[in-house]
This record gives sequence, C-alpha cells and structure tokens, in this order.
Amino acid sequence: MEALIAKLKNEIIEVLNLTEMAPESIDENEPLFVEGLGLDSIDALELIVLLERNYGLKIATAEEGKTVLKSVRSMAEFIKKNNKG
Amino acid sequence: MMEEKYIISDYCIIRNNRIVLNGEVVYTGNEGSPGEFFTAAYRYFNITYAKFFKMDNLCKLGFLASELLLRGKNIGEVYPGDKVGILLSNAGSSIDTDRNHQKSISKSDEYFPSPSVFVYTLANIVIGEICIRHKLFGESFFMIEKEFDAKRLYEQVKQWLDEEIVRCCITGWVEIDNDRYEAVMYFIQKTPDLEEGIAIFGPEKLTDIYLLGK
Repeated sequence: MEALIAKLKNEIIEVLNLTEMAPESIDENEPLFVEGLGLDSIDALELIVLLERNYGLKIATAEEGKTVLKSVRSMAEFIKKNNKG
Repeated sequence: MMEEKYIISDYCIIRNNRIVLNGEVVYTGNEGSPGEFFTAAYRYFNITYAKFFKMDNLCKLGFLASELLLRGKNIGEVYPGDKVGILLSNAGSSIDTDRNHQKSISKSDEYFPSPSVFVYTLANIVIGEICIRHKLFGESFFMIEKEFDAKRLYEQVKQWLDEEIVRCCITGWVEIDNDRYEAVMYFIQKTPDLEEGIAIFGPEKLTDIYLLGK
C-alpha cells in the first residue's frame, strides 16, 4: 500500500502540474480538495482520467467519486480493491 | 472643465527570450522552450501563484506580462474590479493548446483527453486567468486578428473609457504558436489620475511600442 501511495503521489504531481511540490510534502491522509492540496473541479476530472488511464478503473457515480477522491490514501485503497492488473 | 486624456502608463514586451518593461530590459533568458522561459522568468521575479504551473503557454505568457505590467500597482485597491477592462488579441487564438488537445484524442485506442488541457482551448481563458488573479470583472474581450491592429485596440478601449464603462484598461497582443511567442501588453489610464505616463494613448504610439525590438 505504501508503495502504491508513493507512486500515486508522483502521478498526481505529474498530471496536475504541481511541479513546485515534492511527493513527501503531500499528506496522503489530508483532503485533496478545498483544504490540503486545494484542488478544483478540473483537477477532479484529471484524477478520474488518471484512474482510468493508468489503472483501468472507472468511478461509477458522483457519490463514489466523493469517497474515492477524498485523499491520496482513499484513491490508493480504491485502486488496491479494484485493480485487476 | 479639464479635457480628459488617456495615457499609456506602462507597457510590457515579451519576445525572443527577453522581457522589456517600460523601455527597460528586465529579464533575458536562454531557456530552450517558451514554457521553460516563462517558468524561469516567473521564478526570477519571485511571483507566487501556484496556478501558474497549471496554465497553458498562452496563459502563462499573458499572465506573466500582466504580472509585470501591474506590479506594485495594487490595481484591485486603486480601481473597483468592475471598472478595469481587458482587451487582448492575437492571430492564432488557442492553436498551441488546440494541437496538444488534438494529440490526446487522435488515437481511438488511446482516447484520454486531458480536462486540464481542454479547458485552455479558448484564447479568452488568458483574460479569465488575469481577472481571477486580480479579482477583476469589468468589460473584457479577446479579438482574433490577422496581425497586430493598433487602430482596433485603440478604438475599442477608447470607447470603453469615453463611455465610462471602464476607468482603466489592460490591452495588447498575446500570441504563441509552438516556439514562436510574443506578448505586448499596455496599461491605459485616464489623466490626471497619474502624474506621468509613457505616452498619450493613440494607435501610432501603440504601434511604435509594438515594433520596439521586433
């Protein structure tokens, strides 16, 4: 799980162009939106694309999206639970 | 009653890895790509605005020019946000980012358009970025022209000022296509609000400034 979290942090930095940010400065338990990284709705779409492109996973509903995209850890848990690769 | 005149109070030119502010070269770089040059300049001027890194190159260029143009002006305090106009123009619209978006959707088996690229496939987003940065919500407009057209810029800005739709205006040209980029941005204000300016606002002077170092 920790390796997946580390990988995910790097992928998030890359797709969201958070080039000023080091992976270790992202707290995997902090909220991604509003607080924490302060991401916006476009970033949310980008994270959804990331899950689909890199892990073949789709978020089925808006409610599921809220749960999955809550934090880096919740994204990693979603990947671990659903990734068939 | 004193006749009000309009002045070009400041201008900023960014092209050929060089930035000129009010006639003075303030930054020269030797970075390879436009994006690298814009980022190097951003860091050089100690600008802190994390969203810069998410912008496409057209927005980075326009944002950078506006940052230097408005530096130290506290524009949001000097003018009401709804009285600051922005009129920008270019020839290629958002072609640079349009191409990037096209690449991401060109293969049916790798169809992953990036939302953060797609949102920049409109040239007027650069105006939005400047407005968000300075909390401006006055009249704004982005014109697509064959080439820099000082007369069109002058007439539109003058009309806004004459009709008191705005009290000042950011105007100019912001263009990027692959490695070719150019921003010439002016800040237009009414006299006697300011003690001094670069020149009286007029199409000839806009052209003179546009051609500096070209």
